[in-house]
Amino acid sequence: MQIAQTATLITGAGRGLGRALGEELARKGARVVLVARTRADVEAVARTIRERGGEAHALVADLGRKEDVYPLVGAASALVGPIGLLIHNASTLGPTPLRLLLDTDCEDLSRVLETNLLGPFRVSRAVAGSMALGTGGTIVHVSSDASVNAYERWGAYSVSKAALDHLARLWAAELGSHGVRSFSVDPGEMRTQMHADAVPEADPATLADPNDVARRIVTLLESDSVANGARLLASDVREVPS
Amino acid sequence: MRAASAPRTQPHSERLLVIDPGAGTFADRRILELPRLTHPGDVWVVNDAATLPASLVISPELELRLVAQEDERTFWALAFGSGDARVPTEQRALPPPLPVGTTLRFGEELSARVVAVDAHSARLIAIRFEQSDARLWQGLYRAGRPIQYAYLSRPLALWDVQNGYASRPWAFEMPSAGRPLSFELLFGLERAGAEVLRLTHAAGISSTGDSALDRRLPIPERYEIPRASAERVSLARARRSRVVAVGTSVTRALESAELGGHRAGVAELLLGPGYRPRVVSGILSGMHEPNTTHFSLLEAFAPRGLLEASFAHAERAGYLEHEFGDACLILPGALSSTECG
Repeated sequence: MQIAQTATLITGAGRGLGRALGEELARKGARVVLVARTRADVEAVARTIRERGGEAHALVADLGRKEDVYPLVGAASALVGPIGLLIHNASTLGPTPLRLLLDTDCEDLSRVLETNLLGPFRVSRAVAGSMALGTGGTIVHVSSDASVNAYERWGAYSVSKAALDHLARLWAAELGSHGVRSFSVDPGEMRTQMHADAVPEADPATLADPNDVARRIVTLLESDSVANGARLLASDVREVPS
Repeated sequence: MRAASAPRTQPHSERLLVIDPGAGTFADRRILELPRLTHPGDVWVVNDAATLPASLVISPELELRLVAQEDERTFWALAFGSGDARVPTEQRALPPPLPVGTTLRFGEELSARVVAVDAHSARLIAIRFEQSDARLWQGLYRAGRPIQYAYLSRPLALWDVQNGYASRPWAFEMPSAGRPLSFELLFGLERAGAEVLRLTHAAGISSTGDSALDRRLPIPERYEIPRASAERVSLARARRSRVVAVGTSVTRALESAELGGHRAGVAELLLGPGYRPRVVSGILSGMHEPNTTHFSLLEAFAPRGLLEASFAHAERAGYLEHEFGDACLILPGALSSTECG
């Protein structure tokens, strides 16, 4: 797909991979709407992008709250037009340190699913209809290797990401014939706050730079050879332009 | 006719009054049967405007309803005095005077100044928001609610008034003709050989509560027809396929574009008994009582006698009216022998 001028909505864009994706896509000319729960974070990212000559708008929303979804999509569409690229990056681990399933409260699982599964579903529902009736679009679901591997203590997050991968396949199955591309991408382990919360003992030197991962994901987006509904690994992208 | 008092939970069971002005007949159907009523090559056009939270309550004595957008930060608004959405608009008290220069505060994050007052009605004012861009839009979505209707049993949430394909928030009230169109039906129309196209039209408000102002409705509304949609509509006309407008807002946009020659602009056209549509062959619409403005718009598509007979039947048959009510399809050939199934 062509990135320049594409109306883009990125959730969880206040820091980490979401921030890096916003910066990289804006650098390539996308019209970017950044979403996060914390106003100061997301406004700082938008300011940085604008100072570099890009277009970025900051909106505050909690995707775990259904009341936030239509206001978010409405404001985003008012600012940049019909959304052509939607990136579901926001997610929560649930309570940390991570817990065994037998120590996980049902309410905690429910909250993780609200943010990591229902949130993306609701935002896609508010966006994908106009993509399907219009000129198509792309939906990216940021996944994790916890979606395919059963790691102890990652239960709530792991289940939510496995379901998210399948949601990506289902959107592709139902809307692929209407020009909507949907896939999930596993970014790998990155030097982010989220990773530090989940695995505090990890050596940062062994973790990927989110800016590097963002460039790989944008390379995937630009390539039209990706099969609709696929689950991709950012680390599989060999050529990464600087 | 009885009003539907809440958003429907089983949209596919909603009723569809089909009126065929070619055959001079009408019949009862269900909305689910819509794909069986279309012909290969037909073009269905929807309004993809999302519905704004256009009602801004400032105090118990003052509500503003946005009615048109002038530029990025300036909107026309209609002021209402005390009384809430349960009170029919025509019974609302007059608002306090709002001369040019008045500052209006909508909660903590949004404020505006009155920059113009209509020469004929002091209730119609232009306001300029003091915020812009993301702060303006986020503030508007925090402070505003969808315009509410007196006949509903519960308040409308923002999601109640969005069509499934809605995109840019241009509409001040829901383009409600598209409400029963699930994607099952839209894709069903396509499977039946029809095309579904979109345009964007800033559907305005249906009632001001003031008969002199109501006579000026609909106010000029901006519209935009994507190039691809305009081309597909032209091709359909060239091969004499039918063009079905989903709602009066789509009709206004398509006919205005034809008359003015512009794919984007401001629709000032008034539909009604005297108007003969040039582009649009038929319309999918909600149910509205005879003697309302909406009913007179339908007279552009079928003779008054046929409309009155079919709507009298609908009333006896228990159809529901208004935004969340049943639907009617006025389309030449809809009940002819070519109807399959």
